[in-house]
Amino acid sequence: MAIIDPGHAAKQLIYERVFRSATLAAAILVLLILGGVFVSLLRGAWPAVTHFGFSFVTREIWNPVTDEYGALAPIYGTVVTSVIAMLIAVPAGFGIALFLTELCPPLLKRPIGVAVELLAAVPSIIFGIWGLFVLAPVLQRHVQPWLIEHIGHLPVVGPLFKGPPFGIGILTAGVVLAIMVLPFIAATMRDVFDTVPPMLKESGYGLGATTWEVMWNVVVPHSRVGIVGGIMLGLGRALGETMAVTFVIGNAHRISSSILAPGTTISSSIANEFTEAVGDLYTSSLIALGLLLFLITFTVIAAAQAMLRRLERRGFAVA
Amino acid sequence: MTRRTRRKLTNGVFLALSLIATMMGLACLAAILWTLVSNGISGMSWHLFTQMTPPPGGQGGLLNALYGSAVMTLLGILIGSPIGVLAGTYLAEYGRNSRLSMAIRFINDVLLSAPSIIIGLFIYEIVVVRMGHFSAIAGAFALAVLAIPVTLRTTEDMLNLVPLGMKDSSAALGAYPWRTTLSVLYPAARSGIVTGLLLAVARISGETAPLLFTALNNQFWSTDLNAPMANLPVVIFQFALSPYKDWQELAWAGALIITVTILVLSISARVLLALLQAERGSGR
Repeated sequence: MAIIDPGHAAKQLIYERVFRSATLAAAILVLLILGGVFVSLLRGAWPAVTHFGFSFVTREIWNPVTDEYGALAPIYGTVVTSVIAMLIAVPAGFGIALFLTELCPPLLKRPIGVAVELLAAVPSIIFGIWGLFVLAPVLQRHVQPWLIEHIGHLPVVGPLFKGPPFGIGILTAGVVLAIMVLPFIAATMRDVFDTVPPMLKESGYGLGATTWEVMWNVVVPHSRVGIVGGIMLGLGRALGETMAVTFVIGNAHRISSSILAPGTTISSSIANEFTEAVGDLYTSSLIALGLLLFLITFTVIAAAQAMLRRLERRGFAVA
Repeated sequence: MTRRTRRKLTNGVFLALSLIATMMGLACLAAILWTLVSNGISGMSWHLFTQMTPPPGGQGGLLNALYGSAVMTLLGILIGSPIGVLAGTYLAEYGRNSRLSMAIRFINDVLLSAPSIIIGLFIYEIVVVRMGHFSAIAGAFALAVLAIPVTLRTTEDMLNLVPLGMKDSSAALGAYPWRTTLSVLYPAARSGIVTGLLLAVARISGETAPLLFTALNNQFWSTDLNAPMANLPVVIFQFALSPYKDWQELAWAGALIITVTILVLSISARVLLALLQAERGSGR
């Protein structure tokens, strides 16, 4: 006996509208958050932007006493530490992905994959405290003296490895960042490699190619876009990483020719100085640094997502 | 050297390098865990859970910091996850392939990897500056913003895994989409959504940067959401960088607690997901 109660249907329709609007509002809030981040940072940075103009990004000076601020040293530190991190993490991540997709015994595949993902779950402050108390002394005692002695006097690259072994500094920050972004790069590359059709690989093996030749000549060309996307995703993390770097960078607002020397990055400057900043211009300059970081990382991450999406549209699922 | 041996050699060298890279990655994880355990275990005692953070040289524990972290993480999840779940529902059930959904999906993925210190600055600008002082609620907002992208992503993925037949059956019975979502889809995707919540808790409970200038820190016991509140990550940051031995010891103990908590959360999320997939695989 199906009797349609008109009141009931009307009520259902109202519930439906309410629920739909609630989900839509939540979805739009996500857009608003990103817009809000940009607008609020711009507003906070405005005094510094109008006061210093473009010279903010070209000057190295950072002097709270005379109230003069320039972002060049933090920008330099951010870029150099991230480049060092990428130089280490990209080949290592590629190696791990290669191991997991081609070499690993099936029984170990899952545990090792999970271990790599757990490395990604460790909070950044833990990497910081470990970097400061464990990694920095090791680098200071064993690695940096070797670099100074053997590479320090070479032409061109020599100046990068001059000066005393501080332990903390740009190089150490780069190494810690490398370990932090390694799991992201390795996991993305593994997922991308898994999307290569087995037929292609088997064709390679059928022609008598070695594992490495199949990897380099079949898998890599096929997944180029995804590899670059994974690298850029890692780069985005490295550029914005804060706590781990703050522990080991040494927080010195200057640009040294040596990567063994202390430096600073955008995020570690903000973390170190924000709560102690007195005066509107000082605070505003730090927020301007944040705005710069936002624009840089947004560009890198957006480009990475666009690339990974292109891969997804070809019919592959990428985590 | 013949061409054949050279090719074999190249192959061997690169495969060995890939093995070494994997070993190094695992060694890093092991080294970090070992450092935490060997330095943190000596500080493990009941004092940690019964006493406040001490002044330099004094006896004390981490009670106020543990409490603050728990409160702010919980509030962050309570504020952030409903938004994430609802937005994920919109993307999976209503929006699907509309241009708006594409944009939201894209922005969400960007937010997922955005530097957390930027979120801290954002909340500082819109909450702390407005209120005129640092507060626990500002810290909770910052964590909520970080929790949204994680829950949104998992909710959408999990709803998409629910078999279409279930949705169709519900619609055939005359249920409106809201009824189908609440009574059929959410229960079916429950463990998946819970996984998302666990991942979000794991993500935000170790965050330091967004709390530095929102919740700040507090040397004393405080339950006032409108005032600065102690929290474990910032206490670790402050104590680890201090020259005092007993502060550093507390920092190590705190670091061990936080890491174990987060690893347990991440592993349970993974186990839950694996169970879910096994269930999906065998049933239906």
